[in-house]
Amino acid sequence: MGLRIELDPGKCSGLGLCEAEAPELFEVQEDGSLTVLDDHPSADRRAECEAAVASCPTEALRLVED
Amino acid sequence: MDHLVVVGASLAGIRAVESARKAGHTGPVTLVGAEEHLPYDRPPLSKAYLEEAEPDDVRFRTEEHLRDELAVTLRLGAPATGLDPKGRIVAVGEDELAYDALVVTTGGAARTLPGEPLEGVHTLRTLDDAIAVRAALDAGARTVVIGAGFIGSEVASGARKRGLSATIVEALPVPLVRSVGEDMGHACAALHRANGTDLRCGATVEALEGADGRVTGVRLEGGEVLPADLVVVGIGVNPATGWLEGSGIELHGRDGGVVADATLRAADRVYAAGDVVHFPNALFDGELMRLEHWTTAAEQGALAARNALDPESATELGTVPYFWSDWYGSRIQFVGRPQADEIRVASAPDDPKFLALYRRGDRLIGTITIDRPTQIMKYKRLISKRASWAEALEFAGLG
Ligand SMILES: Cc1cc2nc3c(=O)[nH]c(=O)nc-3n(C[C@H](O)[C@H](O)[C@H](O)COP(=O)(O)OP(=O)(O)OC[C@H]3O[C@@H](n4cnc5c(N)ncnc54)[C@H](O)[C@@H]3O)c2cc1C
Ligand code: SF4
Repeated sequence: MGLRIELDPGKCSGLGLCEAEAPELFEVQEDGSLTVLDDHPSADRRAECEAAVASCPTEALRLVED
Repeated sequence: MDHLVVVGASLAGIRAVESARKAGHTGPVTLVGAEEHLPYDRPPLSKAYLEEAEPDDVRFRTEEHLRDELAVTLRLGAPATGLDPKGRIVAVGEDELAYDALVVTTGGAARTLPGEPLEGVHTLRTLDDAIAVRAALDAGARTVVIGAGFIGSEVASGARKRGLSATIVEALPVPLVRSVGEDMGHACAALHRANGTDLRCGATVEALEGADGRVTGVRLEGGEVLPADLVVVGIGVNPATGWLEGSGIELHGRDGGVVADATLRAADRVYAAGDVVHFPNALFDGELMRLEHWTTAAEQGALAARNALDPESATELGTVPYFWSDWYGSRIQFVGRPQADEIRVASAPDDPKFLALYRRGDRLIGTITIDRPTQIMKYKRLISKRASWAEALEFAGLG
């Protein structure tokens, strides 16, 4: 069982709130798009991941277990 | 089991009910809202909603989701009219709702101009406002915006995007001086001018002109009349607390907003969140602030419900204010506080990608960027870890 972050680029508006919560996992690029730096974060990052997902105003992020 | 009542069915309100459920609250939850609409998102109303394309649904959740997944009793189109904090009762017209925990999220209402209402004159706060403004733009309206704030500026931008004429009338010599400072106000003004919006600063509106009950123009002091089919009044927001007058809840002397402590508590088992509340921000040495920012409303809504349901373990809010605004395809982002001892422009004078840092004492307390999306959150982190001014200058390449 691991964590996986799913981004829906169609919904993401590049505001970077996820990056503020988890700077090692997300970075907004110069063109305003978002890069997920690590889409299989380790289990000890769960709290950070959940905070990032919850902070997203457009619900573009999902945390799934697989 | 405790009955949680949330008054104000918008962003802070929806976050309050969601966080109550997430925190394991299984008792009844009632969400009371003055508008007929299901809770919806406001930032798109002055952005994508004004574009030519068919707008997206702005509602946060479906009625089924609220009712079945979150087990919320909805009372929409039903403004609360009074509060008795001792008896723990909210009045909704003739009805009385008994609560054990109350969260006040009534936000604010747009300020209007005095005088008779004229067709074609709108504020932009609600979905109904946005529908009316959108329809006027669809009809090709000549647009005059009163007030060069963020929302008014977005309306002008939306009109220009459709190729329509737009004029902004602003009483201050520089727009947005109070929210971002003078140099930044100039940088923002430059965006209007570069995109063909006629920005009139230091101009005072004398009266709206109309014929047959419809607006025809805006008359300025000095006599000039700006022809208009659509006038959007963007002169700020008043906290919606009329229903709390005389209840014993402390209201702020300047604007009537609810005064709360750092846990967002306004009275016993009464908490407040979002645009309506003044709170001492722990991250800024307890400076009392009322923010009208999306992210704060979301964060406070969630915290207020948790604290209201479990006051013994209530936690304080320390947060870096953040807002954004989209004009003419450019994104303005601001983190922190604009009231500073010094503001240092960190970008080159001719660089449209603007960057400025705000200092209070020896500390970085704010940052504004235009079109620097990769940087803004890094400054937010610096502010939240109380970075020194020297550290901030170094990060900005000025050290
Ligand atoms: C057009 C527009 C664009 C915006 N753009 C941005 C942006 O780009 N970035 C940003 O950070 N922020 C933006 N904002 C601000 C952001 O939307 C607000 O901070 C946020 O909506 C605040 O949420 P709230 O729940 O506190 O209050 P509100 O959204 O004001 O909701 C309060 C609700 O309470 C209801 N109510 C009032 N009185 C009563 C009563 N007596 N009984 C029951 N219900 C009542 C109201 O009808 C309303 O539905 C924008 C706002 C607007 C209007
Ligand atoms: S918070 Fe959401 S919308 Fe903003 S950058 Fe992250 S994923 Fe995109």
